[in-house]
Amino acid sequence: MTLHPMIAALRRHKAGVVLIALQIALTLAIVCNAVFIIGQRIERVHRPTGLDENNLFLVSQQWVGAPSGDDPGSVEKLDSMQQADLAALRGLPDVASVAPINSLPLLNSSWNGAVDLKPGDKGQGSFRGTRTTYYFSDEQALSTLGLRLVAGRNFTAADVGHQGFRDQGEPTQVILTKALGDKLFPKGDALGKVIFLNGATTPTTIIGLVERMQVPGTGSWTNAFVWNATLAPTRLDANFARYAIRAKPGRLDAAMRAVTPALYATNPLRVLDDDSVKSFADIRAEAYRADVGMAILMGVVCLILLAVTAAGIVGLTSFWVGQRHRQIGVRRALGARKIDILHYFQIENLVIASVGAVIGLMLAVGLNLLLMKSFEMDRLPAAYVLIGIVVVLALGQGAVFVPARRASNVPPVVATRAA
Amino acid sequence: MFSYYLELAMRSLRRSPGLTLLMVLAIGFGVAASMITWSVFRAVSGDPIPGKSSQLYTVLVDNRGPQYNDEGEPPEALTYTDATALVAARKAAHQTLLFDVAPSVLPEGNQSIPFIADGYATNADFFGMFEVPFEYGGPWHASDDEGRAAVAVISHELNQQLFNGADSVGREITMDRHTYRVVGVTAHWDPQPRYYDVFSGNQFGDPVQLYLPFTRAVDVAMDTSGRNNCGSNVDFGTGRDAWLHGECVWVPVWVELADQAAATSYREFLTRYAAEQQRAGRFHWAPNVRLRDVNNWLDHMHVVPPESRISLMVALGFFVICLVNTIGLLLAKFMRRAAEIGVRRALGAPRREIYRQFLIEAATVGLVGGVLGLLLTALGMFGVGLLFEPEIARLAHLDFSLVAMTLLVAVVATVLAAFYPTWRAAKVQPAWQLKSN
Repeated sequence: MTLHPMIAALRRHKAGVVLIALQIALTLAIVCNAVFIIGQRIERVHRPTGLDENNLFLVSQQWVGAPSGDDPGSVEKLDSMQQADLAALRGLPDVASVAPINSLPLLNSSWNGAVDLKPGDKGQGSFRGTRTTYYFSDEQALSTLGLRLVAGRNFTAADVGHQGFRDQGEPTQVILTKALGDKLFPKGDALGKVIFLNGATTPTTIIGLVERMQVPGTGSWTNAFVWNATLAPTRLDANFARYAIRAKPGRLDAAMRAVTPALYATNPLRVLDDDSVKSFADIRAEAYRADVGMAILMGVVCLILLAVTAAGIVGLTSFWVGQRHRQIGVRRALGARKIDILHYFQIENLVIASVGAVIGLMLAVGLNLLLMKSFEMDRLPAAYVLIGIVVVLALGQGAVFVPARRASNVPPVVATRAA
Repeated sequence: MFSYYLELAMRSLRRSPGLTLLMVLAIGFGVAASMITWSVFRAVSGDPIPGKSSQLYTVLVDNRGPQYNDEGEPPEALTYTDATALVAARKAAHQTLLFDVAPSVLPEGNQSIPFIADGYATNADFFGMFEVPFEYGGPWHASDDEGRAAVAVISHELNQQLFNGADSVGREITMDRHTYRVVGVTAHWDPQPRYYDVFSGNQFGDPVQLYLPFTRAVDVAMDTSGRNNCGSNVDFGTGRDAWLHGECVWVPVWVELADQAAATSYREFLTRYAAEQQRAGRFHWAPNVRLRDVNNWLDHMHVVPPESRISLMVALGFFVICLVNTIGLLLAKFMRRAAEIGVRRALGAPRREIYRQFLIEAATVGLVGGVLGLLLTALGMFGVGLLFEPEIARLAHLDFSLVAMTLLVAVVATVLAAFYPTWRAAKVQPAWQLKSN
């Protein structure tokens, strides 16, 4: 079959052709970008934090009327309160291990700074530093969080110190994530090297490297240092404290229930509310709520969009079939087979959809450029557009089939009837 | 004629229920998606203090220097030193400073269950500058700031919780074991976004529960529960006092300046202040200061979440496709009735009447679509919590203006979409139709 008579016929239905092509183009543009956004969000949500997240939960609590922590005596008092809590928690039957910690990955509450190979100079300008987040914890951090040590050693109880929340004293030993170690020492020989934290003039030794640990922040501002974490063997003493707790396998719920009474028994003057005891699964769900929501919204929009577009094609093609009822009869009377009529409408749709797809391809790239400019999106991979084109062409063919079938069933006798 | 056309429209719509349903669904879904995302967008992007947003400025001074500041921009709040110095200078009509506090609160006469209340340590100017409405009492006085008085203003909600909503002025509450006298109870007040505390990321936080004097909070060593940004090159030493007087930024400062002239002269004052610090040897760089009004600040801090913008864009695109779809379906529907139009035209109906008839038919479709859209929007409001953070989702609600807008948008958009098909319908040649039939 030659395309020429078909194109000539399309010229007589300019509006309908333009509308279908436009709809396909817009659908392609939006669906490609939406699916790309879905893909990116899903990838973000599923990136591992480096923690063994099962059986892990966090307790955040605040003491009522605790010492202020602005003199050595009250820091000691706060530290003994924290130690008492730790002892009580570690004594619980369902608890495997406990570590005091200032924050956890995905918690969106962070202590950030910078580390460098050179000592600080009191703000004179030579200190540059690599950004990092700090986790202040003790010798049980690795086992509690399930971090994998890839080089060096863990902290020992003797390494662990403590300081007031507003005191600045840099630890003499730290464990870094491998990502941060490699950034500071590109040859991969960070272990045992000396670094300086936050512009300090006293050196700190790297005693271990963990495979991976994410920063607490999930905003785009953390993208530049998302795997740069520094673990310090320091308990921070303030009027509040957080404890990461690993429950024994399968005993998460029981351990979470046991924590509140145990802490009140140790010291009743504290605030523990519904939000205070949180499983890591909940922390993760909260952190990525917007991402998951976005993926769901985009998914729903895509599905409805494809349905609307398909319905539009069905509607307009049905109209054309009705309009050409007699012509179809004439063609049948002149010897066209049913399959020829069916193919006619299918090819017609393919031609229109292809034009729409070409325009849609340009729109999709344009929309992606716009999103890249305003929303820090990545470039749309060609595969998404190509798959998108195949999908809209298939959608067109699927939608046109029902009216085309109806057209092919027009009997030749129609030709003999008066219009 | 109107009711007759309406009747014709109903009849025509009933004749092809499939096509009608398709159009109604397309418009309904399109308008609902747009309205749901719009309701969130308007909540997060609105002017939180219209009428005054151009007179309130946040003050920023670069205490880091070009090596460590954020690509030339000063840090997003001030140090304790700068904040207290600038507020004490009284160079603006009003000036306030604040930091987040989260003390444990014990209900009066009840020593059993403390809870955490979120609030701000600030000064007396805060309430007038940000137009805080009061239910009982009022703000504390400037003399209370100077006298470092143990007074507090509590919110309507906290007053309900602590005093069952009674006039609690003069009564006492216990925060972190210190006693404070209540001087005022605010009416419900929750401007969104909370422009004055974007620094700590509380732009969509839960409503504030209490306020107490900045000077008092510092005296009792109440720590900030908000953000504390020390930069990456700090060596401030040991103890709270060293931190307090060090170079960590944690205090947002706001000033009220009536007009451009006042803003200009305040900016000059700020530059002089920074130059003084440079002379004193504290800053090793030229003055780098900013004065940003409310909208400029919200913009600078990217307060509108990208999710909200993207979903609004996607929803609008979706609506456009639904409309393109409607144009096509209306075209099919109207052109199918070419014969009918021919007869009407031959019997003397002018083009204007054809327009009227078909636009009324389109408007009917739009209205039905709008009603469906309204139902879907109401349904979607429950789903907003799935999509956005709970603190943002709580801002989206179905109010009268949204209902009116949903219906209006649906009808107007459908009528606009119907113009082309109607124009085609009105162009039908009566003679041709009569002949061919």
